[in-house]
Amino acid sequence: MLTIAKTEFKSRLFLGTGKFSSSSVMAKAITASHCQMVTVALRRVNLDNPDDDIMKALSVREYTFLPNTSGARNAQEAIRLAHLARAASGSSWLKLEVTPDPRTLLPDPVETLLATEKLVKDGFIVLPYMNADPILALKLQDAGAAAVMPLGSPIGTNQGVLSDSMVEIIIEQARVPVVVDAGIGAPSHAAYAMEMGADAVLVNTAIAVAGDPVAMAEAFAKAVEAGRTAFTSGLGQRRKHASPSSPEEGQLSSDLAFLD
Amino acid sequence: MQVLPPLKRDSYPQILHSWTDMYKSPDFNQLSTKVKSATVADVEHALTSDRLSLADLAALLSPAADPYLQQMATRSSEITLARFGKTTQLYAPVYLSNYCTNICAYCGFSADNHIKRKCLTLDEAEREALILHERGFQHILLVSGEAESALDVTYMEAIAKRLRNKFAAVSIEIQPMSREHYHRLFLAGITAVAVYQETYNRALYKEVHLSGKKRDYDYRLETPARAAQAGMREIGIGALLGLGDWRTEGLALGNHLQWLRKTFWSTAFTVSFPRMRPATGSFEPLVNVSERNLSQLIFALRLFDHDVGLIVSTREEARYRDGMLGLGPTRYSAGSCTAPGGYGDSDADAEQFSVGDHRSLDDVCSIIRAKGFDPVCKDWDSEFQSSQVTD
Repeated sequence: MLTIAKTEFKSRLFLGTGKFSSSSVMAKAITASHCQMVTVALRRVNLDNPDDDIMKALSVREYTFLPNTSGARNAQEAIRLAHLARAASGSSWLKLEVTPDPRTLLPDPVETLLATEKLVKDGFIVLPYMNADPILALKLQDAGAAAVMPLGSPIGTNQGVLSDSMVEIIIEQARVPVVVDAGIGAPSHAAYAMEMGADAVLVNTAIAVAGDPVAMAEAFAKAVEAGRTAFTSGLGQRRKHASPSSPEEGQLSSDLAFLD
Repeated sequence: MQVLPPLKRDSYPQILHSWTDMYKSPDFNQLSTKVKSATVADVEHALTSDRLSLADLAALLSPAADPYLQQMATRSSEITLARFGKTTQLYAPVYLSNYCTNICAYCGFSADNHIKRKCLTLDEAEREALILHERGFQHILLVSGEAESALDVTYMEAIAKRLRNKFAAVSIEIQPMSREHYHRLFLAGITAVAVYQETYNRALYKEVHLSGKKRDYDYRLETPARAAQAGMREIGIGALLGLGDWRTEGLALGNHLQWLRKTFWSTAFTVSFPRMRPATGSFEPLVNVSERNLSQLIFALRLFDHDVGLIVSTREEARYRDGMLGLGPTRYSAGSCTAPGGYGDSDADAEQFSVGDHRSLDDVCSIIRAKGFDPVCKDWDSEFQSSQVTD
């Protein structure tokens, strides 16, 4: 079971709520995905208005809402958005996004760290979206982040986990859950991230813009489960050289001939 | 946790802002069960994995892995070469004092042993260190028994300040201290702290540590974390081989190491493998640890942690140390004398343990070179070390 900030999640697939053709398609896709955590952009949703399209489509009781600070260009803006989100939703969960470049929407490491430090002190459960930088991940967890969310590749590009060698280090070093976010364009990408040992993945575009978003959501759910099971059952490693399948019993080659 | 290099004494409280939950060592019997239950399939899985879990480490330490020693050596050698290159670091200990307030069943310095006690004056200690300096050492380890009355933080600060301009690195292996004291020593020029748990078996720990401060298992277990928090660049841990089951001690060490690494990610770590040798007091090792066993432990930890420094001291014989060059260990002591004042006065007695490799630094360097490796005596900088202090 995945635990973030003492909350347990059966599903390791988180969904974004943007880019769907309608709120009803979104709701059906989310149901099909069995996900329990959805991120919503404060700029798009009226968190305190039950008649809001998205809020109407999703029951607050069934999902953990993860308001995000999409659109924030620096720490100060992100902090203001976070407080607005908490005031509207009553929840302290926060996906921190600080993206000064509106073209690539890549996260700003310096401002993200500053905002995390402040928001943790303000009592938020902070899940920062970040570039796949292992040192930054360590500093964010030291600052009190509840999880870290490194990107697989630039958001919306469907390129998969291009940052895998860095994500691998982040996973190896982390004391908090690692959620691979952004760039996951196909169920195989999600499975790959999970096989590497990611604790969860966050998917949006690949499901929202699929020909059949509901079926695609189901495919992602299966891929995430398969990847997780593969990871916990211990994958065999790819090796450059053949390795003998049975050892030479008791035979020490010249390497160890010095032993008494 | 990142440990920022402190600049001023005043900045100390800020470094402590994110002190997290302290390390709890898992139950020794449970660890032992894990080690014993590993199968050949588990060993083969561990041998083909790049990123080893604690379960993989348990497998490599298990009896099931005994026949795989050669495969483990090959893999360990590959990893060590890739990470550390064709180098072996060298250091020598300076024994400052053999006063000790603990009674430990296995130790030559034990308070109830009738040996000649000596604590070097600062001048004597400096002279001893300078002898090593002349012999070519740039890294020294200051060692003492555990007696604050003989040797306290003020003494250590004073000796560190005398030596820091002359040596690239000065490490300590003395009684456990508070964070505040470690921090003072760091500012004075000490860069590394070694403190061994001796055994991770809590019950056995109580049996062999009969009296004194060292009886407190948890305080000792928390010591590496306190030293890391105080800003030390490197922390050494270890278990005394000959007390508890070495396989289980290895798994406990790996567990401790993993926690330390994750918590203090900007600190470097080393593991030492002190294998019990005859000492005054005629304590017979409780378990026999053979050279094959010791090698398996070293290879297993190397496969588990590619970056950890692995230290083999002169407790081991020359033949063994020469054989192990390049297979996993990264640092050797050389030309060691384990009695206080022993470098200047070759008649000094009351040593902590007797040495297995009596060769000089030059002789050890020659062997290292003959094996195609570079003996490295300098691995830090004395200028840097003394210039960071602002008080």
